[in-house]
Amino acid sequence: MRTFAALFWRDLVLNIRSSGGAALSAAFFALIVVLAPLGLGPNAATLKALGPGLFWIAALLATLLGLERMVQQDVEDGTLDLFRLSPLPMELIIVAKILAHWLTSGLIITLLAPLLAPLLSLSFDAVPTLTLSLLLGTPGLSSIGAAAAALGTSVQRGGMVLAILVLPLNVPFLIFGASAVAAAQSGNDPSQALIFLAAASLIAMVVGPLAAAAALRLNED
Amino acid sequence: MRLVAEGLAALRGERVVFRHVNFEVSSGQALVLYGPNGSGKTTLLRILAGLLAVMAGRLRLLDNDSQPLTGEARDGALHFISHQDMIRTQLRVRETLRFHAALLGAPARDVDAALDVWGLSALAGISGGFLSAGQRRRLSLARLSLQPRRLWLLDEPLVALDAQARARLNNVCNKHLADGGIIVAATHEPFLAGMRTLHLSSGA
Amino acid sequence: MLAYANPTRFLRLARTLTPWTLGAGILLSLVGLYLALFFAPPDYQQGEAMRIIYVHVPAAWMALFVYVCMAVSSAVAFIWKHPLADIAAKASAPIGLVFTALALITGMLWGQPMWGAWWVWDARLTSVLILFFLYLGYIVLWGAIDEPTRAARAARILALVGVVNVPIIHFSVEWWSTLHQGATVFRADGPSMTTPMLIPLLVMAVAYNILYVAFLLIRMRMEVSERRLRTLRLGLEGASS
Repeated sequence: MRTFAALFWRDLVLNIRSSGGAALSAAFFALIVVLAPLGLGPNAATLKALGPGLFWIAALLATLLGLERMVQQDVEDGTLDLFRLSPLPMELIIVAKILAHWLTSGLIITLLAPLLAPLLSLSFDAVPTLTLSLLLGTPGLSSIGAAAAALGTSVQRGGMVLAILVLPLNVPFLIFGASAVAAAQSGNDPSQALIFLAAASLIAMVVGPLAAAAALRLNED
Repeated sequence: MRLVAEGLAALRGERVVFRHVNFEVSSGQALVLYGPNGSGKTTLLRILAGLLAVMAGRLRLLDNDSQPLTGEARDGALHFISHQDMIRTQLRVRETLRFHAALLGAPARDVDAALDVWGLSALAGISGGFLSAGQRRRLSLARLSLQPRRLWLLDEPLVALDAQARARLNNVCNKHLADGGIIVAATHEPFLAGMRTLHLSSGA
Repeated sequence: MLAYANPTRFLRLARTLTPWTLGAGILLSLVGLYLALFFAPPDYQQGEAMRIIYVHVPAAWMALFVYVCMAVSSAVAFIWKHPLADIAAKASAPIGLVFTALALITGMLWGQPMWGAWWVWDARLTSVLILFFLYLGYIVLWGAIDEPTRAARAARILALVGVVNVPIIHFSVEWWSTLHQGATVFRADGPSMTTPMLIPLLVMAVAYNILYVAFLLIRMRMEVSERRLRTLRLGLEGASS
């Protein structure tokens, strides 16, 4: 437990202190939301219709940041060897890393989204659903991301490759998340979409660490 | 404790780096590995650490009752100091060593003592990015002092160390051997004079 | 089966099988196309243009089938660590990508006269499109890692993660499509299919399967020889230094 806590804490500190960490995720997310009206025009009705999707696309992209750093450096500088020799199972090591990544990307985005909602003319009623959907979905995004990050450890400068691996797998999150927000905005019940979103997130939280741990363990054997 | 290797062979990528490696090291003994670049010193150390599988041959780490150690018991009986230093610019020296202590399952209170042994106390609050190569090396080696473990596997421990730090390393190693420990070290320089050596040749 | 896990035996078997499967595949495709063009009746609503579904639907089936084969090979490689299984998975990917592309292109060609648009966000087409990117990611991962053994290991896991995700993605896309009242267009299954339509469809499906085997054998042979060459070269280098 102490090992888990120390690992989690170390990753959290690294994410916060490094230049590409939490602040960058937040800024990137905000920037996409700000850029969208500039490209689509400031028409409130258009933005309102596109808002749920835009928020979720922004979330998908913003959680990509920091994934490369999640395990890549540990593999390069040999910290992975220490992980493998430590009594903590690799799956738990990954869970600690996912948690640290989520706190510095998914959670930040979730907290930021309500503040940005007016920029896309999102109706007030949809804001709680937006927050809830991001809260439910982003842990899954971090989990899938962890698996891809672990797979990408052998790739030199793997950032772009990572995006290609991750984004198609994240399609269900985009669909359920954006649909939930859209439903809430049009006065419908978003609970079905939210339940599916939570289910996808749960599956990802199981599959992600298992796949990531397998990928790291197979790095050399 | 004994470390016994019989007919070890290893594969890196798709190439055989060495084969027919035999040795036995017991408590209080050290084995110093020599050989040109690419002869498989690091590979051998990684195999001994249990990080790489052997392609052929047999490797056993036996405890005092000649029972083979496996799995977590084996991992917990050794220190592996690789030639890489796992130092991040964003973490201070003490934070780095604390993290390593947690990974080893060593108590956090021993961190300051370990820093002291390696002359790093004054640097404890400095960020890892400001360390010189020798200081980084010492910080990596400080892991040895976090927790007593019988088998030490050292990859290029002397690189970048000044005379004073080398003397420190020698003292620590000699004390470890006197306490009944085992050391296997790979180096290009004279190290642990009087101990047994193993020369790996390339493409053997 | 296990006997053919030996690369040398596999190569010998593959060499004999390649021309036969390739010939049979091409021949059967021609028969299927002939049946599709002259034997099957034109659709009373959609006319002659709907004959493209005889190319399209089996290609979409194959897109999914090849991905599953790839995942099964990866699982075999994962559990038994057999290099031929990795090679089979690697060799399958570009073939699957071609089937996926064929399904997408024929889907678009069909969409034009049908709806007057080259692309409609139909649930099945969308699923196939995402499958296309899954194949692409898999192929990119193989290409992005220099060391073949490492690449193989990473690719195995990606294929397995992918195959777990495919049903979820498919479900989410179906759900999304009904939400937006999109029509399921390619109803190639169900009772509306008549025998004269079903026969060419099945013939094409069998032809595609045989072609898959043929190209798989060809690509696997190439890969095995390439690996041997590389091992040989590395061996020579090791001996001379």
